[in-house]
Parts: sequence; structure tokens; C-alpha cells
Amino acid sequence: MTLYIFYFLSFLAILSAFMVVFSKNPVHSVLYLIVTFFAIAGHYILLNAQFLAAVHIIVYAGAIMVLFLYVIMMLNLNKETEPHKSTYLKLAATVSGGIFMVVLIGSLKGVEKIENLNAANQSAGLIKNLGHVLYNDYMLPFEMASILFLTAMVGAVLLGKNELK
Amino acid sequence: MVSGFIIYKAIMVVVVFLIGLGIAAYSTYAERKVAAFIQDRIGPNNAGPYGLLQPIADGVKMFMKEEIIPDVSNKFLFILGPSLAMLTACMTGAVIPWSSPIVINGVSYPLQITDVNIGILYIFGVVSIGVYGIMIGGWASNNKYSLLGALRASAQMISYEIAMGLSIIALVMTTGTLSLGEIAAQQAGWHWNVLYQPLGFLIFITCAFAECNRTPFDLPECETELVGGYHTEYSSMKLGFYLFAEYVNMFISSAIIATLYFGGYNMPLVGRFVTDPNILSILGVVFMFAKVFFFIFFFMWIRWTIPRFRYDQLMHLGWRIFIPLSILNILLTGLGILVFNK
Repeated sequence: MTLYIFYFLSFLAILSAFMVVFSKNPVHSVLYLIVTFFAIAGHYILLNAQFLAAVHIIVYAGAIMVLFLYVIMMLNLNKETEPHKSTYLKLAATVSGGIFMVVLIGSLKGVEKIENLNAANQSAGLIKNLGHVLYNDYMLPFEMASILFLTAMVGAVLLGKNELK
Repeated sequence: MVSGFIIYKAIMVVVVFLIGLGIAAYSTYAERKVAAFIQDRIGPNNAGPYGLLQPIADGVKMFMKEEIIPDVSNKFLFILGPSLAMLTACMTGAVIPWSSPIVINGVSYPLQITDVNIGILYIFGVVSIGVYGIMIGGWASNNKYSLLGALRASAQMISYEIAMGLSIIALVMTTGTLSLGEIAAQQAGWHWNVLYQPLGFLIFITCAFAECNRTPFDLPECETELVGGYHTEYSSMKLGFYLFAEYVNMFISSAIIATLYFGGYNMPLVGRFVTDPNILSILGVVFMFAKVFFFIFFFMWIRWTIPRFRYDQLMHLGWRIFIPLSILNILLTGLGILVFNK
């Protein structure tokens, strides 16, 4: 049962990820990206990481993608306004994208050797255990990450201001 | 055993779904009656005794109307918009505890569809997806007024989601759990969360009003500026879905407010007179729905009492007043936990 759900979710994720790239209309691309995020959240639930799944939906599908959609709707992009890029740029993009794919495949090559670290602990992804791990074992990196976010927020607010006094 | 479990869950889902839709349908009737009462009128009184069949007449009217899909719009997304609005409105009911468990033949049946350990986050996820119904519908209409209405509605919902989330963080700090079932069970007796989190409750209920697009935050609909707002191009039952989703949302938000801040199915002193768990459970359903109905009435009461905000006032209130206030609330809660060592 779980295996079939896994295959279905993977198929959905990959299909909609392709559709993000191939859709002509940017709004459709964003909507396909949202479908991809939902498929990935489904994977998290299969791994019993409910907290991660919920946060993934809230942050990516609920907040970031809404802002994407917002901006794209406001710009009202269509075929007439689409900028035509030069052949060299397209060639460079294709080559660098291909190199990135090689890197990804190379990094995935050793994946079969990784053992399931928490095979016995099925509830590792539940919020209680996650909190214990985050605030006991990984306290410093966690706090550093939050300070980084705070800095980014202050930066965004500063950039958003029209004039600095 | 497994099939019995599935049947029990299926019954729960169907019952919660039907009750939600029924209450939402009769909220439209109640809204008219409350409005009539406040404005010293009679309200609907022709369809059936006291106009009780009015929601059914409205529903039939919605179904019978001509259905128009604009030629230039994207048909699939045009239909997806109201469907998503309705879907997300109905999904939240799954994690609300309606009462304490009923025990039949030694087997305990919780009156809650599912008590996931991230109940509050689940609600948040569904609420944050709810924006898409409006945005997709507004965009797919291919109409400037619809698009502007959709942008307005979604900007409002995103802005108030932040303050809502921050007010819930303070609540989670005092309860120590994200599961709605546990939060409701913790509030037995007089330990209602509203007594510990009065500021958080005020922020939460105001944001709930804004999330439901209810007066004084019903800016997305504005005849003089935006024609019909995001549902300008919609007709027939698709329009009905958008309007109906608002009432379902109102019912669900009332249930969430009752669960999070007003003790859910708990009522003080009842435990002294009744000891049988099954009778307590049935009484719990009664108390829960009494609280829910009170908050639905409160939503309507506000609607017919307070004039709406201007859009810049709405944004000012959301970003400059409620977000700092809710952060202050988190700090105060932290201080309280530190001092009283609760």
C-alpha cells in the first residue's frame, strides 16, 4: 500500500515538475509547482514526518507560492511581452543545466549505501522528538539559523524602504 | 476490527460534513434574521413557517440559474477556483474535537475525526491554501475587477495570517501541545485559555474575521470600486460555492475559537452533577455547539453593528498594530511562564 502511494506521489512530483518547465503560461507553472510541493509533503507524511509536511505546506505552498502568484498575476505576462533571449544565452543555460544534472546524478550514486539511521524509531519525525533534538543536540546551529533569518528580514525591510533618513 | 474502525471514521466524516453544511446553510437564514432583528425588520418569513425553508429556496435558485463561463477565461481554472474555496472550507473540520470520547461495549470512540499531533499546524496549512481558491478564481475570470478583487482579498488574508500565527504561538507556549484534542481536554473546569491569553484571543478573533472576509474586513466585495470583487464573473452554483464557503468558514472558525480559547466541550461544574462518561460526552456536544452558535451570532452581530474599514486602515491595523501586539503577547507569555513557572 505504502509502496503504491510512494510511486504515485513520485510520479506526480516528477510530472508536475516537468510541467513547471514546459508550461507556456507562467501562472500555470506556479500552479504546477504547488502540486509538486504537495506531492513532496505527501512523501514527508509517508516518512512519518508530519511536522515537516505541515510546515512545508504552510511555508512553501501557503506563503512563498502565494507571493509568486501575486507578482506574476500583477505583471500579467503573455507572449507579446516575453523577452527573447539570444542564442548564446540559451546555449549557456542548456550547458550549465546539463552540468548540474551530472552533479546531481553523481551525488545520488552512493545513496544505496546509506543505511536507515532511525529504522527502530518510527516517531523520529513527530514534533516532540523534533523539538528535543533541535533544542538539546542542535541548539547552536538552530539559533544561528534563526539569527540568519532575522538578518535577512531586517535587510528586506531596509531594501523595501523608499528613502533612508 | 479494521473494517469497524473505517466504518466509524466514515460515519464521523459524513456526520461532521453534513452538520457543517447544514449549519452553514442555516447561518444564511440566521444572518438575515439577525440583521432584520437589529434593523427592526421582520426578515424572511414567506418560505415555510417563519421562513425556515428560505435556505432551501436559495439553494434551488442558485442551481436553476443560468451558468455562464466566460469565453476568454481558462475553463479548468475557472471551475477550480470555487471548488478549492469550498474544499478548503470543509477540510478543517477534521481535527476539531466535538466532545469527549463515547464508550460503547468497552471500546472508546473519540468524537473527533482525527487527533493528529500537529492539529493547529494542519488548520494553518488549510487556511493558507484557502487563498488559492480566491486567487485562481479571480485570475481565471480574465477580468480586471476580478483580478483586483482577488489581489485585495489575498493580500488581506496573507497579512492577517501572520498575526494569527503569532497569537497561536503564545497559546501553544501555555498549552505545550499542538493537538487540538489535548488542548480541549486541558481546559476542563475553569482553565479556559481565554483567561490566560486574553490579548491573544482578541488578536485571534479579529484575524479570524479578516480571514473569513467578514465585516468590518469585507473589503474584497465593494460595489462602487470593484463591481463584485473576485466573483464578478461567476454565476449560478459557482457563485453559490464562493458565498457558501464564507459561511462554512465562519462555522469552522467559531468551532476553532471555542476549542482553542473557550474550553471546547468543557463546561465548569457539570462534572459534579454528572459522572457517567457517555452522558457527559453528549452534554459536551451540546456545550460545544452552544459555544459555536454564540460565536456565529457574534460574527453576525459585529457585521450589522460596525462599519467597514478603509483598505489602508485595514493594512495599517494588520501590519503596524496586530503584529507588534502579538509579538508583545509572546514576550508577556514567556515572562509569565518564567515567573509563575507554570
